Order: sequence, then structure tokens, then C-alpha cells
Amino acid sequence: MTLRTSYAQDLTLARSRATIGWYALLLAVLIALPHVAGEFYVGEIAFVFIYAIAGVGLMLLTGYTGLVSLGHAAFLGIGAYGNAILLSKGVPFALSLPLAGLMAALAGVVIGIPTLRMSGLYLAIATLAFGTVVILVGEKWHSLTGGFDGFPVPTPTVLGLRIEAPEGVYYLALGVLVLVLLLAMNILRAPLGRAMVAIRDSEISAQSMGIHLAFYKTVAFAISAGITGLAGALFGHYVRHLAPDAFGILLSIQLVTIVFIGGLGSLHGAVFGAAFVAMLPQAIALVRDDLPFGIGRLPGLEPSLFGLILVLVIMFEPAGINGRWQKLKTWARNFPLHRRAAFRRQKSYAKSERLR
Amino acid sequence: MSGTFSARDLSMRFGGIRAVEGVTFDVQKGEVFSIIGPNGAGKTTIFNMISRIYTPSGGSLHFEGQDITRIAPHRIAGLGIARTFQNIELFSHATLLQNLLIGRHCHSHVGILSQLAFLPSVRRAEIEHRRRAEEVIEFLGLQRYRDQLIANLPYGVRKVVELGRALCTEPKLLLLDEPSSGLNVEETEEMGFWIQDIQKDLGITIIMVEHDMKLVSAVSDRVLALNQGRILSTGTSAEVQSDPEVIRAYIGGAPEPAKEDAA
Repeated sequence: MTLRTSYAQDLTLARSRATIGWYALLLAVLIALPHVAGEFYVGEIAFVFIYAIAGVGLMLLTGYTGLVSLGHAAFLGIGAYGNAILLSKGVPFALSLPLAGLMAALAGVVIGIPTLRMSGLYLAIATLAFGTVVILVGEKWHSLTGGFDGFPVPTPTVLGLRIEAPEGVYYLALGVLVLVLLLAMNILRAPLGRAMVAIRDSEISAQSMGIHLAFYKTVAFAISAGITGLAGALFGHYVRHLAPDAFGILLSIQLVTIVFIGGLGSLHGAVFGAAFVAMLPQAIALVRDDLPFGIGRLPGLEPSLFGLILVLVIMFEPAGINGRWQKLKTWARNFPLHRRAAFRRQKSYAKSERLR
Repeated sequence: MSGTFSARDLSMRFGGIRAVEGVTFDVQKGEVFSIIGPNGAGKTTIFNMISRIYTPSGGSLHFEGQDITRIAPHRIAGLGIARTFQNIELFSHATLLQNLLIGRHCHSHVGILSQLAFLPSVRRAEIEHRRRAEEVIEFLGLQRYRDQLIANLPYGVRKVVELGRALCTEPKLLLLDEPSSGLNVEETEEMGFWIQDIQKDLGITIIMVEHDMKLVSAVSDRVLALNQGRILSTGTSAEVQSDPEVIRAYIGGAPEPAKEDAA
């Protein structure tokens, strides 16, 4: 903790020079990684980046504005199809990517406006219905999306370079992730981010402070959907062949799992959660054959593990992976003088309003 | 009918229940005006109508010559009316400073897109908001809690923070809904001092709903007593407290000692 001597210091993105140094180092490692690691790992980490972008999008909505969405996979789908269709019509990638995000953002406004008066479970169900409708449209609108035949995603070119999976997608996703994180940090230090937090914690007093609830909820929906749409466009390049049913309720629940396991109300959490959710299936695959009693051959292993972990996280570490990480940092900083009580969970009651 | 704030023939019905009926009062600039009355008298309902959470079933509300009866709820703060809540409605997963800065929201006029890019104009505005918030922190002596989460603060401090958040909106009229509820004797006395400071140093008009008669007597210029949605009496604190109607509403009438239900 450095001593602050001006108000401008409160507005810096990083708390200290050391923090900037660590992140620069992390970025350098990530940029160098594809030259060292095998293609399989590059692909996996690119997938983590894509999930992290979507996670940041959903985190802004659920973790910061307190609105649950069980239909976010639909925005991912809109971004993926929007980008792929534009590319196939000859639109350059430099335009089709932002346009895909914009289309998803507009869809976010469309879903945002009618659901403004809803919250909690009702909002979750409304977004779930929206997600289902989008999938159906994708299936039936054969002339545009190819329906169940799928839609091949053209390989994009940037500045004459063909973006080939996995390495090209890796760098592209890394770049978009860094931009999206900067955008999210800007939002959170500006009046917009404070308005979102205010709506999450108490709508009635947010309104009394002059926050136009309908406007800011719609903006939150639009930004969240737009960022998720960008992730969708990259997801399309990652899988290279789109099918409508890939963007169903299961993917939506995976996205929700990212923000809950990562830790609500934290951008770190969105990235941690994405890494966890994207890599868990691979981790399961690695140990599957070595598990005793044939557990590895059980059909529902993966979804049940997701469910089990989600339950355990909510019971024992509601602050998610990020909460663990912060505690670990505190412990390391105070070592060997840490106090046990610092890590004891505080009792809290009636936290259900958190997601109301 | 002069006064910075006036309510004319205000009424509020919830279905068949007449929560507030035919209430008329004026509040002069710079005074502390208290509304007292037994539970369910309609005090908070009046507050909720002023801050536009409820739309009155009848009557009108005027603030500085402007009709605010049907204005959008989020515009109230911008007009210079701020409020606190009976059961504390702070943003509990944000820091004290963030709470105060949210109070600055009605003075923030930067566009969404320039916020996304955090343009220099946004930065300048933020530094100005931060400076104003610090003034309030200094005024209320909240320095040592500045970066703490509200959820970790004791109840008494949260009450003061709510006062501070309201002050950050730079109000001309401040609505305090039971500022002493949940506070101990010392904290209540301190709350009285804050209210007097706000009135005298900042020149803010205050309407207060309060049960603690000691606090009411200490800070109020005028008092309005309410029972079952109707005005019983208006006047100075001593006048109202000695009004037989008020005494009957609170402790039951002397001539009919058998009646106990009114309290």
C-alpha cells in the first residue's frame, strides 16, 4: 500500500508500479507461450481466453449489476453467427468483429427493456426463455444460418495475415481479452460502474440518489451482451463450424458457473472462473482412465462434477476462487504473523438480496 | 402558502386503507421540521411520496415553486432533495468512499461512451467528485473508515454514512427517516449535533421523521403530529407535546382510561 497524495491516484488502474510490473510479466509470458508450448495447450488456453471474455461480460451484469442471466449463450451465438455471416458476405474481419459485438449489444437492449421490472428468479426465467427462442430461430432460419447443417466459419485475415486456429485465435483472443478488461476497469472506476453497484446493492436508494434504474439496467445488459458477443465471434473461429444447439442452456449455465466459481463482483474472478470451467473437462479427461471403480466411465461425470463444485464453492467459499486468492495473498504478505481469525468466515444473514 | 417546500391536501390510499389523508403543511427555508406520530400514522408514507417512490392518490407537492407531484423518481435528487432511510439502505458491498461518490451521481453529466474510454473530461469530473466527497468525509469525521466496506462498519457509523451520502448530493432539502433508530443514547445525541450542524453550517432545510422526543425537542423548529394519516397538531415542539389530542393519540385519552389501543 503506497501513501496516496492526490485524488488522481485513486483513479489509476493499478494500485502500484509493482502491480503493473507483474501484469506486464504475465502478458510477456502469455505472448511467448505459443513458441514454447504445444499446439494442444495453445488451443486450450485460447479457449480459456474466450471464456474469460464472456465471463467478464457476464460478470458486469451478474457480479456488478446484480442481474442474473440464464440466456447468455444466446449472445455468444449471436456474436458467433453475426461475425461468420458477415465474413462470408465479404465484410473484412476488422469490421465484422466489432459489428458482431454491436449486434449482440442490440440484442441485449431488446432483452433488457422488457425485463427491466423483473429481478431474481423471474429475470432468470425470462432470459432462459430468450435464450431458447434465439436457438429456435437459429435452427429454423435455414437460409441465413444453415440450420442443423451448421455454418462453416471463414478464416479471417488481419493486415494480410490469415488468422489460423489455434495460434492465430490465441493471439486474437488475448488481444480482445486485454481490451475488454481495460474497458471493464474503466467502467468500474466511472459513474457508470458505481451506478451498477448501487443498483445491485439497493435499487431504492440508487433511485433516490438520482440513478435512472431502467436506463442503467439496459446499458448494463447492452455492454454485457456486446462483450459476450465478441467472445462469441472468437468462439466461432475457435470451433470453425457453428451449430445452433451449441449455444443452448448448458453453455449458459457454464457461463453462470464461471462468475460464481470465480467470485461475484471481481474481474479477477471472471478470469479465474473461466480458466477453471474451460480446463475442467480436460483435467477430467486426463485422469479418467486412472479413476477407481470405473467412475471415469460414468456418463454424467462432467456435469455432476460441475454441479458438485458449484455447490461446494457456494457453501464454503462464496467469494469464489478470487476470494481464496485474496486470502492467500494476505497470508503470504503477513507470513509468519498471519492470524487465523483473519480467514475465518464471517457469519452473514439474508444475503439473498445480493442477487435480487 | 409560502415556504421552500409545501404539501397540499396530500393523500395516499392503498386499496381501502387511507394511509395519509388531507395532509397540508409548509416548510420554511432553513428550518428543521419534524413529523411525529405513533406507528402506522403515515410518516414514512409522506416521505415516500416526496421522494416519489409512491405516487400520491390526491393532492400536490411543491418544491421551490415547482410541482413535483408526478416527476420521475430519479430526478428528485437532481432537484436538491435527498433522503436517508429508516433501516439504512447503503450499498453494503461497496466502500464508504464509493457510497459517497454514488451520492454524487446526480451531478455527473459525462456520457456513457466517454466513460468507457475514461476520457480526460471524465477524469477531471471524477477528481472534482472525489474532492467534494472528501469535504463530506471531513465534515462528518469519517476519515478512518474511508476505504472500508460498509458491511464491516458498525451500525452507528452506517447511520452517519447515510447522512454523508445524502449530503454528497448537495441537497437543499434533506429528508431524514428516523435518524436515531437503532442508535444508543450517546449516538442519538451525536446525531442531534450533526443535524444542527447541517442546518446551521450548511443551511440545509430538514424534514425529519422521529420517535425520540428528546431529539425532536432538541433540534426541531416546528413539529407536526400525525395520527392515522391525519394532522393532529402543528407548532413548536412544546406546543405539540402539550396538545391534548396528541397526548390522547400516544397514551390514550385521560377521560377514557379503558382505551389502550391507540398507542
